[in-house]
Amino acid sequence: MSRIIGIDLGTTNSLVAYVDEASGLPRVIPDDEGRALLPSIVAFTPDGLVVGEAARRQLARRPADTVYSIKRLMGRGYDDVKDELRYLPFRVVPADGTVKLVAGGREVTPPEVSAAVLKALKLRAERHFGEPIEKAVITVPAYFNDAQRQATRDAGRIAGLDVVRIVNEPTAASLAYGLQRLQQGVIAVYDLGGGTFDVSILRVDDGVFEVLATNGDTHLGGDDFDRVLVQWLLDDIQTRHHAELARDGLDLAGDAEILQELRLAAEAAKIRLSSEERTTLTLPLGGFTYRRQLTRGDVDRLIEPLVTRTLGPCRRALADAGLQAADIDQVVLVGGSTRVPLVRRRVEELFGKTPHSQLNPDEVVALGAAVQAYILAGGITSMLLLDVTPLSLGIESLGGIVNVLISRNTTIPTSAREMFTTSVDGQTLVDLHVVQGERELVKDCRSLGRFELRIDPMPAGMPKIEVTFLIDANGILQVQAKEQRSGKAASIEVKPTYGLSEAEVERMIEESFTYAEADVETRLLIEARNEADTVLTHVTRALRQGATLVSAEERVAIETALTALRAARDGVDRDRIHEATTAVNRATERLAEAMMDAALKGALGSTRAAELLKERP
Amino acid sequence: MNFFEVFGLPRRLAIDVDELQRRFYALARQTHPDFHQAAPPAERVAAEERAAVVNAAYRTLRDPLTRAEYLVRLEEGRTTREGGEARPAAPASLLAEMFEIQEALAEAKAGPLDEAGRAALAAQRDALQHRYAQEIDRVRGALAARWDAATGAERPAALVALKDALATLAYLRTVITDLSDALGEEASGVAHHRH
Repeated sequence: MSRIIGIDLGTTNSLVAYVDEASGLPRVIPDDEGRALLPSIVAFTPDGLVVGEAARRQLARRPADTVYSIKRLMGRGYDDVKDELRYLPFRVVPADGTVKLVAGGREVTPPEVSAAVLKALKLRAERHFGEPIEKAVITVPAYFNDAQRQATRDAGRIAGLDVVRIVNEPTAASLAYGLQRLQQGVIAVYDLGGGTFDVSILRVDDGVFEVLATNGDTHLGGDDFDRVLVQWLLDDIQTRHHAELARDGLDLAGDAEILQELRLAAEAAKIRLSSEERTTLTLPLGGFTYRRQLTRGDVDRLIEPLVTRTLGPCRRALADAGLQAADIDQVVLVGGSTRVPLVRRRVEELFGKTPHSQLNPDEVVALGAAVQAYILAGGITSMLLLDVTPLSLGIESLGGIVNVLISRNTTIPTSAREMFTTSVDGQTLVDLHVVQGERELVKDCRSLGRFELRIDPMPAGMPKIEVTFLIDANGILQVQAKEQRSGKAASIEVKPTYGLSEAEVERMIEESFTYAEADVETRLLIEARNEADTVLTHVTRALRQGATLVSAEERVAIETALTALRAARDGVDRDRIHEATTAVNRATERLAEAMMDAALKGALGSTRAAELLKERP
Repeated sequence: MNFFEVFGLPRRLAIDVDELQRRFYALARQTHPDFHQAAPPAERVAAEERAAVVNAAYRTLRDPLTRAEYLVRLEEGRTTREGGEARPAAPASLLAEMFEIQEALAEAKAGPLDEAGRAALAAQRDALQHRYAQEIDRVRGALAARWDAATGAERPAALVALKDALATLAYLRTVITDLSDALGEEASGVAHHRH
């Protein structure tokens, strides 16, 4: 069997891993610069797609065309996400049961954006192995529904990958832990990522990893921590700097670039506060600089309600597994957000034991995906993962009530059959509505698809319509219906009413070749331009604040260098851009020193401009 | 092959759950799709279907309640659960007190609850939850033992008693969920068994 890679397609970062045959251990594949994490960010530039770190640098520069956290939109309907659209700087529009975004002057679907990330990881793996890679295991949050799983599989196909298995993130993590330190007993995996939360309870017994129950929230993660922090900072800036804001004519909430810079600053401060007790957040705004001391306690107070929200799913998972917190032998932490000390404390309180985090919480899911890939390739036969379906599946029956065929936390693959009949004489069309969710009423559940079955006319109650649900090992549903009495059984496979049709996926696979990721040259050019843009912005701002600190000749020299850089920046000669950037840096050395001095003497209202010049590479 | 036969177990309600789990793991190792990845498509599909049956059988038999429900279906010669009535009707033994509860529920739905109304509703819910737990114990204990011990002539009556108890449980579940919804709380300990 050919090589299968394991991919963690995350909200914030994505990774690719494989199992090293010599050692039998999973390893993450780094990029050329040794970075394991690929930011799940895609920038749509006039020169093509840019993915990862380079796209990250475009976030504040091209907010409307730089897409991040796309995972939150995967397999979602417009109504599901409309509340959070105000947080996203790119435009999202409803599209046939799902959403599309408008970026780089065209409409794209969430699976296409995810496909760009997957493709970058595929290329990374191909460079590492020096051979084409066609197969992958991709992880999803355990609590992803059918639509979200299908969207993820579509993304893989668009990226040119045969997705041999969709595996749940917490279960993948348990495999990675299990391989390295094979414990027996009951483990709870608490997985708080950038955008999603999962908890899974597993029994590990002689190489069998049996998931007993899973629960979660597909819209709860580090992104939400950032959002409450940004909201709080916005209020703080308005309160403390309303005069400056009015003077400079700044509308913070309406400025996508500033909001994105604020979000990035808030995220960075949050990360620092996981290891430090206090930090300072600094953000240059128009003609002044916002500076704020933040303590861990400040942030804890803001995120406390969100952290508390994760405890409900934990209790429900325990109840579904028929266990008490005390029955859990080990707790494993997964996902970058579990680095937050408050999260660790709450988890420890709930389960009454110190959680494990020996494996890097950012990498453990990818490592587990690699282990599952290796199992599928036949490399490991001693381990077996028995996963479950997270949500109940059913059919709409009379009165808009859900008739559950498969209950949540049923081991997959699984199947269920049920008989239905008609309620009207001579009925020839039976409408079957498949839904997923835990609520009793259809209107409160997620509609997965509707389909019609044509039958011969018979008196009401006579037809015997057998409906069969089959959930495969990926957690994806197939439905078949047969009328048995007529003898000539009709059978139908459900095509989801949401998501992408077969034809659309095919078209996107075609298009992805013509609209491929920008080649290396273009990417380097884009990066050079980015750097030029950053320098241009900062120097222009510094010149405004410190104009009186340098001589007229020096000012002219700086202006000349800036003009040259602007001209170079619009050209396609990368070396010329670099040279012009360096020239500006040289021309501003004196200005930087003068501003530094002035700042130390308190002559300037802000020290930030000087720092910016100093920090510049 | 019925679910008891899948594991080579007698058709009885008393089951050694540890033994069931051992047999399940052994069968899962044979049937799970992970180990048939390289097989031709037809074989893969067949393995997946086998695995689906083994999994469904395990989940059904592991829980005493779903095990009893399955046994009743099996004895009545039904291979699938019947469709149609998703909301169970009130058993005769519960009718009188249910009338009272339904009235309280209708009131709760009509307008916001005051403190006393809330407390009354919560008390009713807690009482029903207690009753639900007792009924489960009866199904797992006395009624299961009665069925397992029943000889030919005693079997129909033992089956009816089991069936009535299951119907009562199904009804109690919907009422407890309704009461919890009206109180704006989650129903704990009953949703798990909703089928």
